[in-house]
Amino acid sequence: MAFKVKKTILYVALTILAVTCLFPFLLMMVNATRTGSDIVKSFTLIPGKALADNWTTVSGYFNLFRGMANSLLIAIPATIFSSYFSALTAYGLVVYKFKGNKAISLIIVIFMMIPGQLSLLGFYDLVTSLNMIDSYIPLILPSVASAGTVFFLRQYLESSLQPALLEAARIDGAGEARIFHKIVLPLMSPGIATMAIGAFIGNWNNYLIPLILLNSPDKFTLPVMIASLNSSTDITANQGAIYLAVAISVLPILIVFAFCSKYIISSISAGGVKE
Amino acid sequence: MASQSGRKKKRDLNKTGYICVAPFVIIFLIFNVYPVLRTLYLSFTDYKGFGEAAFTGLQNYVRVITDKFFWRDLWNTVKIWSVNIVLQLGLAFLLTIIFSDIKYKVKGLGIYRALYYLPNLIAATSVAFLFKTLLDWRYGTVNQILSSAGLAKGEPINWLGSTVTAPFVISVIGAWMWFGNSFIMLMAGVQGISKDYFEAAAIDGAGRWKVFTKITLPLLKPIMLYVGITSLIGGLQMFDLPFLMCGGTIGNPSGSTQTVVMYLYKFGFETNQVGFASAIAYFLFMIILVVSAVQFKLLNSKKD
Repeated sequence: MAFKVKKTILYVALTILAVTCLFPFLLMMVNATRTGSDIVKSFTLIPGKALADNWTTVSGYFNLFRGMANSLLIAIPATIFSSYFSALTAYGLVVYKFKGNKAISLIIVIFMMIPGQLSLLGFYDLVTSLNMIDSYIPLILPSVASAGTVFFLRQYLESSLQPALLEAARIDGAGEARIFHKIVLPLMSPGIATMAIGAFIGNWNNYLIPLILLNSPDKFTLPVMIASLNSSTDITANQGAIYLAVAISVLPILIVFAFCSKYIISSISAGGVKE
Repeated sequence: MASQSGRKKKRDLNKTGYICVAPFVIIFLIFNVYPVLRTLYLSFTDYKGFGEAAFTGLQNYVRVITDKFFWRDLWNTVKIWSVNIVLQLGLAFLLTIIFSDIKYKVKGLGIYRALYYLPNLIAATSVAFLFKTLLDWRYGTVNQILSSAGLAKGEPINWLGSTVTAPFVISVIGAWMWFGNSFIMLMAGVQGISKDYFEAAAIDGAGRWKVFTKITLPLLKPIMLYVGITSLIGGLQMFDLPFLMCGGTIGNPSGSTQTVVMYLYKFGFETNQVGFASAIAYFLFMIILVVSAVQFKLLNSKKD
């Protein structure tokens, strides 16, 4: 009996914690449908009727869909680059024992430990001297070299690739490019999917780098656009509109999460176990 | 003859290896290695973000060491980080104990884990604005809930306007965002422990607490080290949340939430003292290295 009671208390506590994780988002959704003056007066979980008005206010200040499109324009190619080239690099490192192979693997590990602020100023300076300020290229191209993803996929390939498979394919006359694209890439796809989701979310949410590199408001990504709420004082007077803008920025990630939570969790678990 | 063609083939394969890693290596050198070295070089100059950079030796570093605002911000960062890490890892650890308990066998790990992880996924900008709005002292929902529940009497609490509560609020929001991540990693570590250990312990009649302290805890050490060091690196670089919630690089109120990276940002991107900002970056890195090494030593020596 005592056991059952304790167990129930445990579940209640765990569920309360889960609600704590969801509640702010729920409040956000509800407040997005209420007028500013209603929100200021009292709190409730019953949706209001001001969704359309709030939307008019938000779209009067900035084009959220433009921000979303801009974010996609960066996040999609960056994810593809990081997935494809990391897989290719991992394949090269695992399958071919060339000179410098070990050194590259070591440098990858070292750079995974180096905090981002060390490269921030040098990176900005480099982008300035390349005349690429306000361009998407420096936000996308560096994804070709994603040290962490290469590290993960190298481990993944080492445990899943059998050398005999490559030998057999070579005897059948398959070229190395064909072997990579037709045999190894499909073999790695679960690992790649795991890393790709992480890369997409990371790029989608990235704030600091787009903030320092982008100048023109019509090129702003969604997080930079949301953050510019800070400076527009008129909109801060209307709380409902703020909630709506934030809700719209959160929605795509919630949808991705609803479908891919399994992959996302397994990617973090993998990061933990592999170390 | 046969061996010669074999060797030639091997050399060709080596060449394929180079082709495979070439794109990575080129981009890595340009966008990762060069910026890190460039920052190091700039830290020894008076570079202002444009024009010529004159070599000034260790001057920037001397300025960092003697700058009382740098130390104040380091203290702010450590303060925010340590409250955050105690809450974040404490909660993650508690959850790991609950979900790995051999007596209660709590179910639903998958769904709880997913829900706990959710705040991690949302962009810090959105989280910052959500909480900034919820915590607004005049119009915010949090104070409304408190007063309607009869918990707050008199003046509403100015969460982000007091030097006592503002850093604390940042720590708590950080813990709320990241505890799910730590929990998943710790839990993955527990699930990676071979079932044999637990079965052997059960046969020997070891109690739950003994199993936890003698088996789970020692075997979790590598992951705890990993989680500890990554959260240290992340924590000392804290930027987004305080930057967005506390008035940009100022770190309101009265600089109590200004972190080291906000200070770096101020000099690097607002007042164009890039050389000095670079020195801040490297000095912070050295501090992180030392603390990581100490952390590593501490956790490893306990094992013996």
